[in-house]
Amino acid sequence: MSDHDKIYSTRFQDKVERSTVLMFIVTAIVLAVGGIVEIVPLFYLPNTAMNSKDGTFNRTVHKDGKGNVVSMDKIVWNPATSAHKTLEDWQPGDGVRPYKPLELAGRAIYIREGCYLCHSQMIRPFRDEKDRYGHYSIAEESMYDHTYQWGSKRTGPDLARVGGKYSDEWHRRHLKYPREVVPESVMPNYYWLEKMPVNVAETVQTLKVMTMMPFNPVSKTIYTDAYINDAKTQLEGKTDLDALIAYLQGMGNHIKFEEGVNYRD
Amino acid sequence: MDATQTTPVKYDMEVVRWFTIAAAIYAVVGTLIGVWIAAELAWPFLNFDISELTFGRLRPLHTNAVIFAFGGCVLMGTGFYMVQRTGATRLWSNGLAWFTFWGWNLIIVLAVITLPLGMTQGKEYAELAWPIDILIAIVWLSFGLNHIMTVAIRKTSHIYVSNWFTMGMIVMITYLHVVNSLAIPVSLTTSYSIYAGVQDAMIQWWWGHNAVGFFLTGGFLGIMYYFVPKQANRPVFSYRLSVLHFWALTFGYVWLGAHHLQYTALPDWTGSLGAAVSLAMIIPSWGGAMNGMMTLSGAWDKLRTDYILRFLVVSLAFYAMSTFEGPVMSIKTVNALSHYTDWTIGHVHSGALGWVAMVSFGAMYHMIKKLYGVEKMYSEELVNVHFWLATIGTVVYIVAMWVSGIMQGLMWRDYDEYGTLSYTFVESVSAMHPYYAMRAIGGLIFNLGAWIALYNIIMTVRQASAVRNANAVPANA
Repeated sequence: MSDHDKIYSTRFQDKVERSTVLMFIVTAIVLAVGGIVEIVPLFYLPNTAMNSKDGTFNRTVHKDGKGNVVSMDKIVWNPATSAHKTLEDWQPGDGVRPYKPLELAGRAIYIREGCYLCHSQMIRPFRDEKDRYGHYSIAEESMYDHTYQWGSKRTGPDLARVGGKYSDEWHRRHLKYPREVVPESVMPNYYWLEKMPVNVAETVQTLKVMTMMPFNPVSKTIYTDAYINDAKTQLEGKTDLDALIAYLQGMGNHIKFEEGVNYRD
Repeated sequence: MDATQTTPVKYDMEVVRWFTIAAAIYAVVGTLIGVWIAAELAWPFLNFDISELTFGRLRPLHTNAVIFAFGGCVLMGTGFYMVQRTGATRLWSNGLAWFTFWGWNLIIVLAVITLPLGMTQGKEYAELAWPIDILIAIVWLSFGLNHIMTVAIRKTSHIYVSNWFTMGMIVMITYLHVVNSLAIPVSLTTSYSIYAGVQDAMIQWWWGHNAVGFFLTGGFLGIMYYFVPKQANRPVFSYRLSVLHFWALTFGYVWLGAHHLQYTALPDWTGSLGAAVSLAMIIPSWGGAMNGMMTLSGAWDKLRTDYILRFLVVSLAFYAMSTFEGPVMSIKTVNALSHYTDWTIGHVHSGALGWVAMVSFGAMYHMIKKLYGVEKMYSEELVNVHFWLATIGTVVYIVAMWVSGIMQGLMWRDYDEYGTLSYTFVESVSAMHPYYAMRAIGGLIFNLGAWIALYNIIMTVRQASAVRNANAVPANA
């Protein structure tokens, strides 16, 4: 009468679907595989901008056209070897550096306002993107971006190399009333950012937190206690608009890219 | 079957009723916010210079409302419904189910307050502030524990296929939510992810695509495997196909996130691996869609009279279409064109409106009738009207986004005869205007359908309670 013992598939499948525990365990194992294979290697393989404990970048090697190794110090700013020892002395081209306090405050506003929902920060290695935005982005450029802001949609243009392309005044006018400078723009007006003072306490706390990150923290030799204490003076009297402009103007000009170097392999 | 008929099981269905009605409300609200932000892109004055209403703040609210408020309530409601009926048992804990209901709705209320205020972690589909993330983990585990324990105390020998999918979703969403949300707080509302750059991007899209894969696909396939056979009154076409469908999806979907990161600073192999597995996924996805469709074999005539079945079958057609389009878009050469454009938005909505929302509405109508013990909805004709509004709205939406997406991609890469770029970026923005308007209209049509569904459901519930009260009077007399 009863066909409860009949096996309709395989013996294993039959066993699994009769047992809650087995179904749970097998599913949990099968589900874990893909993520482990794709994510874990990114924490130790070269070219993923992971700062190893010994201060190197997981054996990352960029080579120029003649096969000569490009020193990592030219790509990631290293105060120990650079001619410019502090964040204040740092010059564009010295290599990727952590954010200055005002930029970090601006980045928080970039995230708060959801800018990443319409602007990407990731230039792909195509001719048109090079002509439109500049050199393709490399992993090291977002190594200090705790939550990356690469975005997934370009309702507006890519911003990865917007730093220095326009004047501060242009940004001020454009952010306040975008259609005043770009009539076809669909961006909201952000004139009210000018009325909001920067959140000093939260920004100072953010600087501290960035040194505590388990992955790619900012070195305490860069964000020294004195530097963090001094951040307040850099932030006092600034508005959200000042901060956002500082963030935008600091984007994408850290590395001096050379012709013929393959930065992604 | 015999056992359940001789001693009827009393189920815990009140919580399912509440989840179902909440889902109908969130369908209206979530798509309405979507229509609003779509209109903002077509007519930017609609931002009204109010920070809380700007696109950047409302877009996370839209995605959270449709995925987690509407989708979440449907999944939890149907999850509790199916696990009881397929196991011929009551819930392991009815009290815990109510905790899940109120907890989940509290999270939704908190989202409605915090997201427009700009409290976000800046991770797509995982924007909510860290204290809410902790709450999500607790409520989600309360749902998961209750579901799995109810599976464990079932009276039937086998676990029904729908419950495999729901269990897979419970486990995977727990993995994803916990790993992706790890962050260090700087205040009660702000925190920063412990990951940066490349690693964060991969983890984010492992989360992002599997929220699609296990929340919006796996969970809803569970719904499909229960409600399509029930509504058609036919057994599932092939049990073996459902076994293959489940395990292939469970193993394979997890790998797809990397296809969102083609040509980025991620090592090349990750994107290629993601694309390769994406292509392979066409087979189980289509197998599953066929399994659902063929369940109707011998009962196709029911489509003429059964409007609920129409929702379920058209949802499967959209499922099949989206699971073909997705792998195509993950091919590197296609992705080079489609990435960063509206094509992605169109693809998401062919899945979200055409598949997820349609199968949800089919299941909701089916459940409302059973839950309130009525033969018919308040108006079967309105179900049909809703069906056509939903279908037409979805098609208008995705056609607009196909055209605008492909046009954007082609304009960005176009060169003139002097070897310079043909178009400035902003020319591509103004070229999108008619399609953004068309998309808003498509969304509005879909949203009207959701209003009709809500009205129809409320009227059905009212009518059912009126009948119950009328019957109660003579019994007392």
